[in-house]
Amino acid sequence: MTSVAIDLPFTKRTLGNGLDVIVHEDRHIPIVAVNVWYHVGSKNERPGRTGFAHLFEHLMFEGSEHYNAGYFPPLQQAGALLNGSTNADRTNYWEVVPTSAIDRALWMESDRMGFLLPALTRERFETQRDVVLNERRQSYENRPYGMVMMALSAALYPADHPYSWMTIGSAEDIRAMQLEDVQEFFRTYYHPANASLVLAGDLDTERAFDLAEAYFGEIPTGIRPKAVVNGAELLVEQRLVLEDRVELPRIYLAWHSPAMFAGGDAEMDLLGDLLANGKTSRLYKTLVYDLRMALDVSGYQSSREIGSFFLLVATAAPGHTLTEVAARIDDELRRVVTEGPTVDEIDRAVAQAEAHFMYRLQTVGGFGGKSDQLNAYNVLQGNPGFFAADLERYRHATRESLQAAARAYLPLDRRVVISVIPRRQHALALEGSTAVSVS
Amino acid sequence: VTRIDRSRLPEVSADPRFTFPAIVRHRLRNGLRVCSVEHHSVPVITFILQVDSGSGADPDQLEGLAALVADMADEGTGTLSALEVSDALSRIGADYDVDVGGDATEFSLTTLTRFASRGASLLADMVTRPRLMESDFARVRQLRLDRLRQLKDVASAVAEQTFLRLVYGPHPYAHLAIGTDAGLRRVTPDDVVAFHARAFESSRATLIVCGAMRHEDLLKQAEDAFGGWASSGADAIGRLASEVEPIGTPVTRLAVVEREAAAQSELRIGHLSTRRVTPEYPALLVMNAVLGGQFVSRVNLKLREEKGYTYGARTSFDWRRGISPFALQTSVHTASTADAIADSLTEIADVRGTRPPTAEEMSLAKASLTRGYPRGFETAQQVARSVAMMSLYGLPDTYFEEFVPKVNAVTNADVVDAAARYLDPLRLTTLIVGDYSAISESLRSLNLGDPQLHPAAF
Repeated sequence: MTSVAIDLPFTKRTLGNGLDVIVHEDRHIPIVAVNVWYHVGSKNERPGRTGFAHLFEHLMFEGSEHYNAGYFPPLQQAGALLNGSTNADRTNYWEVVPTSAIDRALWMESDRMGFLLPALTRERFETQRDVVLNERRQSYENRPYGMVMMALSAALYPADHPYSWMTIGSAEDIRAMQLEDVQEFFRTYYHPANASLVLAGDLDTERAFDLAEAYFGEIPTGIRPKAVVNGAELLVEQRLVLEDRVELPRIYLAWHSPAMFAGGDAEMDLLGDLLANGKTSRLYKTLVYDLRMALDVSGYQSSREIGSFFLLVATAAPGHTLTEVAARIDDELRRVVTEGPTVDEIDRAVAQAEAHFMYRLQTVGGFGGKSDQLNAYNVLQGNPGFFAADLERYRHATRESLQAAARAYLPLDRRVVISVIPRRQHALALEGSTAVSVS
Repeated sequence: VTRIDRSRLPEVSADPRFTFPAIVRHRLRNGLRVCSVEHHSVPVITFILQVDSGSGADPDQLEGLAALVADMADEGTGTLSALEVSDALSRIGADYDVDVGGDATEFSLTTLTRFASRGASLLADMVTRPRLMESDFARVRQLRLDRLRQLKDVASAVAEQTFLRLVYGPHPYAHLAIGTDAGLRRVTPDDVVAFHARAFESSRATLIVCGAMRHEDLLKQAEDAFGGWASSGADAIGRLASEVEPIGTPVTRLAVVEREAAAQSELRIGHLSTRRVTPEYPALLVMNAVLGGQFVSRVNLKLREEKGYTYGARTSFDWRRGISPFALQTSVHTASTADAIADSLTEIADVRGTRPPTAEEMSLAKASLTRGYPRGFETAQQVARSVAMMSLYGLPDTYFEEFVPKVNAVTNADVVDAAARYLDPLRLTTLIVGDYSAISESLRSLNLGDPQLHPAAF
């Protein structure tokens, strides 16, 4: 297969207050993407205060000192699309605006970076706390299999490890939050030295830097928070069982794996594809297509800053047990460890990766657009120009490197295995599973 | 560098000029309509093959057939087995997707332009020469039956399916594409073959090709791949769903699907409205934006930002060629169910005249609909989908250019008129999927009559 030259060009400068500014020109459509990452996520929280980073993200949309009303109306008036999100490692905020509205977007985005607290009232805080509790009910509590990732996170990591809780946090912690905690959180994490700004789209690079300086240059710097460091290791296979409002039992198998961009991370990503992505993947073909033992199979490397996990999931088809399904999965894992993948399988997975890198160049803004990617590389890799190198990691993967990764990171005797079963049907769980409950 | 003025918001300058993509239309000898659109930002190409039968074409008692047939397109073609098709798609990094709507089924394939002809010929094979083997049929149908069984636990899916059944009554649009357990169980392999033969007819299908090539090359891709698709001359299946007049709901009512100990109540409040092609479409679009179509709409500001009852609430029209439903949808904390319903009913009633949109609301709704419009033309896939939408509803080629001026011409009176005509508080169906025993007492305060209990409509 011929290699395609694909790249994501940019210019980066750092303002006097420590704010990284990255500019990427793309004049196809008269729109500009504004994208800000704060290097803070749920991994900066501590036990008893979980869910904090995400609740905070909600408050960023409630108004700031110089526009003390909702964040949405003046931007929607300008034709903007906007949103934000929080995960374990970072919080991002973005607007995509017509070229004519770039000043307004930067004014609003800089006002909440520099002047949020004067507008933050107890009433707004309490309403958003209720909204977040409802988000938790809607996205986790009231959804089939919705609580399993909480149980999985708690089982994969010790209680003081920041990946042991999910970004949404515990309902109890969310209820206990105080306005004063929020103010302290803002001062610690929301300042230029802990942020990165990308402007991408229909604008001139020099003008973009002038605008960034004009709007963000006056915001006082802060102390860059210390990196969170925490190790975790699994020494045995831990089997758990979780009851849920579901019709069919499902099994989740999880392992620790190399951190984002670390050696072996791309290999694990490719292993996820060739084991469980698409009809030709080994597990789908065996479990769903040939044996009709499972209803679905999925799997992926969940890459994160201080340590990833690799996950395989399969739902047992009616008439089949999780024990049968797990045994087949283990057979396939043994096979990939002893024989390695075929060259053909790797070619296919790499071809898909290459195409998807190209597809990633189609949009300037929003989640996963070019502006978001530049920030991801800058904040998590320290180099916004990592796009091409990132693709090279996949092109360089070999049969040997994939086999080595499978051997090192997918041991059958050191992992977490959770059986999710319909209420009161414990016999459907894998033998030797301990009951776990999450709320 | 001068410091900026924080005492007031920067004005937005004149809207940038944007040229909407030109659509060139062709017709192949087998009658297939082809729309080509050039899109040159990234070397990517999207094909969408639109077949004019969707879930509304499911024969009576065979709900789910159209989606099952569409699902079998990639289960093997003339020379390739199901796994070989999947393998071939992976090798060109194809993004393949099937969307079964009420009136049409769309097969879309996006790939790199250097794989364009391979992608086009795979798509053509899947759509025009699927194997439709009995063994694949049995496997695919069983997977869909099992999926239906799982959907019974998904509150939002239960609400969608039950709401359609309630507002349409007996009607071809009254079910989701996945169908029903009873319907899928009745489907035979012969039904699949017969449905494919009649519904997949070149002279009633449309192919949209959008990507980084010149029009003549895009057309060549279409001709090379689809030119050999022989027209069978088959007539459309039965009566078109869009021409079946729904009975509709005469009175307001309250319906409940029990979901024991649910943390939230999933709500749908609405009724049938009108067709997508109504001349009042721009007014309805603005009305919906004010009422519940965006973050700063009345419904979301009330239920989420003021009351904290929910993570989000919105209203929308589920557009079809025929009479389409309008609904408010949200998921609220169980304890707030009755209060949230009362607030929702008030908002729907008030926009009809008691509280018409303010000048500020009108301006905000129009600006967010029109100023952001060019954003929807960034990728080949987005453009192809827009053209497919135009084809589905028979909209003119001038549609993109006319959209912004038409929305901007909508007046306050137009919105109130449209709301008065198409929102009727006396005909609303309020559906709750939630913990009935926890909320039944509080529902009395709504004065919506005794709730009717329904099973999950799968």
